[in-house]
Amino acid sequence: MDQYIQVPLSNEDAEKLSAGDYVYLSGVIYTARDAAHKRMYEALGRGESLPMDMDRNVIYYMGPSPARQGRPIGSAGPTTSSRMDKYAPSLLDLGLKGMIGKGKRSEAVKDAIVRNKAVYFAAVGGAGALLSKSILSSEVIAYDDLGTEAIRRLEVKDFPVIVVIDSKGNNLYETAIKEYCKE
Amino acid sequence: MRTIQVSQITDAIKEMCIEANHFLTPDMDEAMKCAVTSEEAPLGKQILNQLQDNLKIAGADMIPICQDTGMAVIFMEIGQEVHFEGGILEDAINEGVRRGYVDGFLRKSVVADPIYRDNTKDNTPAIIHYEMVPGDKVKITVAPKGFGSENMSRVFMLKPADGIEGVKNAILTAVKDAGPNACPPMVVGVGVGGTFEKCALMAKKALTRPVNERSSIPYVKELEEEMLAKINATGIGPGGLGGTTTALAVNINTYPTHIAGLPVGINICCHVNRHAVREI
Repeated sequence: MDQYIQVPLSNEDAEKLSAGDYVYLSGVIYTARDAAHKRMYEALGRGESLPMDMDRNVIYYMGPSPARQGRPIGSAGPTTSSRMDKYAPSLLDLGLKGMIGKGKRSEAVKDAIVRNKAVYFAAVGGAGALLSKSILSSEVIAYDDLGTEAIRRLEVKDFPVIVVIDSKGNNLYETAIKEYCKE
Repeated sequence: MRTIQVSQITDAIKEMCIEANHFLTPDMDEAMKCAVTSEEAPLGKQILNQLQDNLKIAGADMIPICQDTGMAVIFMEIGQEVHFEGGILEDAINEGVRRGYVDGFLRKSVVADPIYRDNTKDNTPAIIHYEMVPGDKVKITVAPKGFGSENMSRVFMLKPADGIEGVKNAILTAVKDAGPNACPPMVVGVGVGGTFEKCALMAKKALTRPVNERSSIPYVKELEEEMLAKINATGIGPGGLGGTTTALAVNINTYPTHIAGLPVGINICCHVNRHAVREI
């Protein structure tokens, strides 16, 4: 089912989404990938606060290519989520409501999604030029020295994603493959 | 003896880095178009249509097809009658990569040390493979490689007793483990034989062969076709979200090997199987 949803994600919206839903996100999301996650994780270990509040927010696992003049961002597709699996459960427990990436997640991440009634979305990998058209603005808010891996605040309009793991723990990667498996 | 100025190599590589990151080769373009028609899953078809739109936008607006503009893998086939002048060839190649990635608004994804991980900020150094060939030409292939799929690549040191069935299992295992992580539909490059490093290099080079061109060795051609059918029967589909298009091609290269071994390298590439080729 196609759904138009505002981000940050409300608890109601997060819970009504089901694995397989095609969703257009509008509002504000944040980018973070490997290096930014490592820094946030270490900051939490030292008892420090994070660059942005996790509550109800959505993190997009993405490091863009540089923007050409007059554009908010360069190519901007998802990176492989499993590299963030080590860090994701702590962020979910702090209120993170959604993650956008591509590829499989660990059991620990799935459990944390269910525990916190959150959602894991996939954006289409390798469609960075198309996805950049749904990003209205981009601003580095932390870890500028990390270059493409800095944390960015993105304003998005109808950003297309697919629900892969829903708040009940249903996993589209597992169910959809079975449907077309002819082995 | 033919003299080539290394500055020519720099200029060519700069342009090829930009070209490869914005335009697919005609064979890949055609394969992606055909997949839209043949895909059976509605969501799979929708994803493949999105990828068509993505390719159009990339070329028209000069936005890289994928934000992971890769580590620059460069094959240099150098005619043995060629003499280079004007500087060190390796520096000239890296200068071409530097200019291509900086001037072409491509992402800088290379870190100087695998543990300390400071970004080199210009995507150098490139990974360069030199090959001496007959003649007085230089053939350059620039193949930027993204790491979503690179991370899912494998080397299996099989036993001779494992035979062709072992090779088939190795390929299917790598593809199934990769699943949605490698951005399917994939292109699967395979190197069978040689040594540990030779099979990996053959697998990488196999990815630069046109996807509509089969091996000239009859049994290898059959193996490529059989494995493509088997991979597309896994159900993984576009984006890993279910469907009948999991791979666009399986390209297999072979080489003599040792009496005690059967090395198999599997280099998986996403649907952005990029490369630019030029002869100087």
